Amino acid sequence: MSLVKIAGLHKHFGSNHVLKGIDLDVAQGDVVALIGRSGSGKSTLLRTINGLETIDKGELRVDGTALHDGKGDLRALRQKVGMVFQQFNLFPHLTAGQNVMLAPTVVKGMSKRDAEDIAKEMLLKVGLAEKFDSFPDQLSGGQQQRVAIARALAMQPKVLLCDEITSALDPELVNEVLAVVRQLATEGMTLIMVTHEMRFARDVGNKLIFMHHGRIHESGDPRTVFANPQTPELANFVGSVTVAA
Amino acid sequence: MAYQFDFAPVFEHTNLLLSGAGFTLALTAVGAVLGIGLGIVGAICRAWRIRPFDSVFGVYVEIIRNTPFLVQLFFIFFGLPALGIKMTEWQAAVLAMVINLGAYSTEIIRAGIQATPRGQLEAAASLALSRFQIFRHVVLRPALAKVWPALTSQVIIVMLGSAVCSQIATEELTFAANFIQSRNFRAFETYFVTTALYFVMALLIRQLLMQIGQRYVVGRAG
Ligand SMILES: Nc1ncnc2c1ncn2[C@@H]1O[C@H](COP(=O)(O)OP(=O)(O)OP(=O)(O)O)[C@@H](O)[C@H]1O
Ligand SMILES: [Mg+2]
Repeated sequence: MSLVKIAGLHKHFGSNHVLKGIDLDVAQGDVVALIGRSGSGKSTLLRTINGLETIDKGELRVDGTALHDGKGDLRALRQKVGMVFQQFNLFPHLTAGQNVMLAPTVVKGMSKRDAEDIAKEMLLKVGLAEKFDSFPDQLSGGQQQRVAIARALAMQPKVLLCDEITSALDPELVNEVLAVVRQLATEGMTLIMVTHEMRFARDVGNKLIFMHHGRIHESGDPRTVFANPQTPELANFVGSVTVAA
Repeated sequence: MAYQFDFAPVFEHTNLLLSGAGFTLALTAVGAVLGIGLGIVGAICRAWRIRPFDSVFGVYVEIIRNTPFLVQLFFIFFGLPALGIKMTEWQAAVLAMVINLGAYSTEIIRAGIQATPRGQLEAAASLALSRFQIFRHVVLRPALAKVWPALTSQVIIVMLGSAVCSQIATEELTFAANFIQSRNFRAFETYFVTTALYFVMALLIRQLLMQIGQRYVVGRAG
């Protein structure tokens, strides 16, 4: 059975019909790469999966928690879906450790001690064990983004959403973040990521989704799809971005 | 003939001045705590558009910010008894200060709340925090830190404004000064010393609030 199931999903912003009937199945352990031109609806789709955008019509189910036409228990859904943003969005008044501890203590009612153990474990996982007491503004962009990943992981989500998480980084900091994501993928974490790192999508992903004008225009195994696009739109898109060997 | 300065007739009443200054500080302390508390509540209602309280606070803020403090005080002390609400001059003074500071701090704190970057709210929501938890753990401290200097100035304005409470015979510093002056007829010396006292108190309050801010609101050194 699929972990994330989306059926007939529609989303409007006013008169702008942004998602025009999305059907998507993601299995446990899948690493899904969402690609497409600016404005094709990638972020919007991702954001509906944890309820940051409402759904006008359609069904969304994550590990048994469902939204029908946008109605359902959002907080239950969000406990199963972690998200990492382009702009890191760390809480500036809290240390790296406190950023990671916040949701486990406040949302899950975990004791401070247990949350601290989890925070240490998660920061270790992203290679930042020694930054537990650093404030966000004392960290590089790459480090901040890794703390943001640790923060999302501390809630033990079933699936992790990543929206262009390396786009705001200086080029030399991109790899340290991608390395963490790659590690998560090998550990079996289910990932759905919007990315412009085509090579990463091809190497790490096992499913590629090309969005075009609010629809899933083409999808399949990344290697096959990149090597042999079936639609002129994807061929055109792949041609316009470099998929370095 | 040159005026002969003589401060001795003022310092005869040092005790009176000090107790007046003490009452002014007490009035300010109570007014600041309750007033900022009220401001936080008002700011939440306004920023989150919690009906009908957002409009209630909106009207309240406009009325208070567009009328003189002295008239507000008179209304509470002399006007309200007509509705059967009677209070001592101390109660009236505290109430007037809380209401006044509450209105200004509602606006100040609301600006701080609304300056929270959207991304932080979304990150908190994506971690399954409730609206209240987001406010309590993500919004409030940075918002207060951002507006703390403005709040500090407002508390000082209210402390200085409390001088008009002497008009309803609240025995704070200005009341004491007026009393002393009426005894010794040394207006220059009396009000010179009183002015100095207010000035020192304002500096002290600013220092104190800045330290409280650094320690408990901004939350870290530097
Ligand atoms: N909050 C919003 N209000 C109104 N319109 C929006 C909002 N968010 C997105 N849109 C519109 O929805 C469409 C899809 O936007 P979306 O951000 O999902 O695209 P994207 O594929 O993520 O693009 P990019 O690659 O630039 O990030 C665009 O036309 C955009 O203008
Ligand atoms: Mg986007």
